Amino acid sequence: MSLHVDTDRTGRAPAPPRGSRHGRRGSKGRRERTGRFDLRVTPYLLISPYFLLFAVFGIFPLGFTLWVSLQKYELAGDAEFAGLDNYIKLMSDGDFWNAVVNTVGIFILSTVPQLILALLLANALNKRIRGRLFFRLGVLIPLITSVVAVAVVFTQLYGRDYGMINWVLNLVGIDNIAWQNEKWSSWLAIATMVDWRWTGYNAIIYLAAMQTIGRDLYEAASIDGATPRRQFWQITLPMLRPTIIFTVFVSTIGGLTLFAEPVLFNNGTMTGGSNGQFQTVAMYIVEQGFRRFEYGYAATVAWMLFVLILIGVLINYALVRRIGGGSR
Amino acid sequence: MMINKRHGRLAAVAVAMAATLAATAACGGSDAPATTDGTKAADEKITLTLQTFGGGTNFGYKAAVEKWNQEHPNVQVKYNNLTPDFENQYWPQMLNWLQAGKGAGDVIGIDEGGMGLAKARPQFFTDLSQYGLDSRKADFPAWKWENGVNTEGKLFALGTDVGGMAVAYRKDLFKKAGLPTDREEVAKLWSTWDDFIATGKKFQEKVKDVKFVDGLNTWFNVVLSQEAAKNGNVSYYDKENKLIVDTNPAVKSAFDFASKVNEAGISAKLRNFQDPWTAGMKKGAFATMGAPGWMLGVIQGNITENGEKPDQGKGQWDVAAVPGGSGNWGGSWLAVPKQSQHPKEAAELASYLTSPEAQLLAFKEGGNLPSTIPAQDSPELQGAVNDWFSGAPLGEIFGPSIKTLPPIFLGEKHSQTKTEVENVVLGMDDGSIPADQAWQKFIDEAKKVAEG
Repeated sequence: MSLHVDTDRTGRAPAPPRGSRHGRRGSKGRRERTGRFDLRVTPYLLISPYFLLFAVFGIFPLGFTLWVSLQKYELAGDAEFAGLDNYIKLMSDGDFWNAVVNTVGIFILSTVPQLILALLLANALNKRIRGRLFFRLGVLIPLITSVVAVAVVFTQLYGRDYGMINWVLNLVGIDNIAWQNEKWSSWLAIATMVDWRWTGYNAIIYLAAMQTIGRDLYEAASIDGATPRRQFWQITLPMLRPTIIFTVFVSTIGGLTLFAEPVLFNNGTMTGGSNGQFQTVAMYIVEQGFRRFEYGYAATVAWMLFVLILIGVLINYALVRRIGGGSR
Repeated sequence: MMINKRHGRLAAVAVAMAATLAATAACGGSDAPATTDGTKAADEKITLTLQTFGGGTNFGYKAAVEKWNQEHPNVQVKYNNLTPDFENQYWPQMLNWLQAGKGAGDVIGIDEGGMGLAKARPQFFTDLSQYGLDSRKADFPAWKWENGVNTEGKLFALGTDVGGMAVAYRKDLFKKAGLPTDREEVAKLWSTWDDFIATGKKFQEKVKDVKFVDGLNTWFNVVLSQEAAKNGNVSYYDKENKLIVDTNPAVKSAFDFASKVNEAGISAKLRNFQDPWTAGMKKGAFATMGAPGWMLGVIQGNITENGEKPDQGKGQWDVAAVPGGSGNWGGSWLAVPKQSQHPKEAAELASYLTSPEAQLLAFKEGGNLPSTIPAQDSPELQGAVNDWFSGAPLGEIFGPSIKTLPPIFLGEKHSQTKTEVENVVLGMDDGSIPADQAWQKFIDEAKKVAEG
C-alpha cells in the first residue's frame, strides 16, 4: 500500500523546469534517474528475500518433485523417464485411497470438535472471570510442548497392556482395547492428540478476534433484549468469520499433512497399523519413498496430496463462507 | 507498546533462527565424522564412528570397542547403536545417508536382509581388498565371505555373527504352569512344532495373565529360517531376484505355523523390536522367545538395562533346544562407506571387530555367535556357559550346529518385502486382518513391493 502511495507522490511532484538551466541538466538528470531507479527498484529489492526464499524452498521443490514424479526412480538406484505411468498407477492404488480416507477421516474427527471447542473456550475466556490471564495462558500451554512428546505420551496412555486409559476403562468394566487395531479407535486416539495440542491455539486466535468486536454492539443488543446466546450467534460469530476462515484453512493444511502423531502411535513405522488403519497420505509418501525406496512414486503421491489440499481448502472456503448468514 | 511488540517479534525471529541453527548444528555434529580434514598428520587424533542397530546389547561391541580405544589412542572409536529396528528405521536412514554422501559412519553394520541391496550398490562402499583384507578369507566359511563380495566382485563387507537357533524361556513362569523347568526336560516337551503348540495350550490353561509366546513374527522367522534350509536355501526371492513368496513351500510352512499359533490363542500379540515388546519382556508378558544367538543379547540387554543392572532378572530365563532343528536367522556384516574420511583406519577397525578375538568378546557380551571358523572352534565358545541365563551351556546348545548353518539367499528387496509381509502376520496376530484372508494379503503385499 505504502509503495503505491510513494510512487504516486513522485508522479505528482512538480515537473522540473525543462531547458531553462542547461548547465546543470546532466547532473540533475542523473540524480533524477537514480532517484527513479531507487523508487522503482528498491522496494522490490527490499521484498526480494521473501521471493528468493520462496523460489528456493517453494518453487524449486515443487518443480523438482514434479520432475521426479514423472520418473521410475529408485532411491539409491537408477531413474528413468516414465511419463504419467506413476499417476495412472496411483489412480487405481487401493493403499493410496485408503490413506486418503484415513487422512480425511482423522481430519474431520479432529478439526470439527477442535474448532467448535476453541470457539466455546474463547467465548468463555472473553467473559469477565477471575484469573482470566491464568486461563488464557493455560489454554496455550499444550502448544509449546513438542509434537513428538505429545504423541509419545499419548501413545503410552493408549497402550494396550499397560496404558492408563485402558486401566481406567477396566475400572468401569470395559476390557482392554487395542487402540491401534481398528479404524475407529485409532482415529479417535490420534484426533485427541491433535486436539489436545491445537485447541488452545485456535481459542487464543478467536479470543483475539473477539476482543476487536466493539462493545457497543453488545450493549445495543442487550438493550434490545438479546440473550447472550443470541448475541453469540448474531454478533460474535458473523464478526469472527474471517478469523474462522483462517483457522479452517490452517487446520485443513495441518490435518491433511498429518504425520508425526500417527507415525509415533505405531512406534515410528510408516505402515499405520498392520492393515493401514491409520496410515495418512504423508506417511504413505514416506513409506513409498524411504521404506520401499520408490522415490518417483512417492513424488507422485506428494503432488496428489498438494491437489487434495487445494480441493480441501476450496470446499472448506465454500462451506465457511456461509457462516453467520451468507456472504456479505 | 509499539516498541514492545516489535521487540517481541524480533525476539521471536531470533529464537526461531537460533533454534534452526541449533538443529542444523546438532544434525551436523552427530552425523558428520568428527574430523573432516583428510590431510591430517598421522600422529593426529582421529575419531571413527561405528554405527549399528539392534535391541539390548545389539552387536555386543562394548568391550571390543573399549579394548580398541585403549590400544589405539590416536584412532578413537565412537560407538553408536542407532535403533533396534533394522528394516523400518536403520536401513532406510542409512540408504539416505549413503545416497546423500554424508551422515553414514566410518564403519556400519548391515543385517543379512540388507545385504542383497548393498551388494548391488558398489558405488556406496569402499573396496576393502585395497587395504589387504583379502587375507581374511581363510577365517570365514565360504558363504559368509562371499556374501560380502559385491556385484563388481569387490570385497566390501566382513561377516560378524551368524544365527543359530534355540528357545529362551522363563523358568519361573514354566514352574507356575506346572511344567518342568530343567532345560533337558523342557526340550523333550517339544520335539516337534505341534508339541510346542500343545505345550503352549497346556501353559495357557494354568496361567491366564501371561501368554506363552511373544508374538507371531518372532516364531514366523524361526520357522522360516529352518524351512528355507530345507527348500533350496531361498526365502522370499530366488537367486535371480524373482519373487517366490507364493511358490516357496518354506514361506507357506512358516505362515501356517504362525496361523496355528494364532488359533491356539497363546500369543501376547507383541511385534518384535518395538517398544511394547521390549516393555513386555521386562514385565514378563510372555514365557518363551525364539532365540538365535544374538537374541539372547537382546533379552539380557533389555532386562539388565544394557548391563547397568547386571543382576536384574538373573536366573529367570533359561535356554533350551528348538523344535525342528537348527536355522540361520540373522547375522550381520560390517562395511566401510565410501564417504568415510578415514577408509584405511575404518577398514582396520572392521577387520578387528570381525576378528576371532573380537567376535568372542561380542559373544560373551551379547551371545552373538561368531562367524569366523577359529572362533567357532575355540574352547571359549564350545565350553561357554551363560550365568545370567541360569548357567545355560551355550557352547553345547549352539556349538555343534553353527559350523553347518545353511546360507540363505536373500534378494535385493528382501528387507522391504520382510517389512510388508510381517505386517500382515502382525495383522493376523492383532486381529485386524481376518485369518482366512491373511495368506492372500501376504502374497499381495509382497507382490506390491516386488513390482515397485
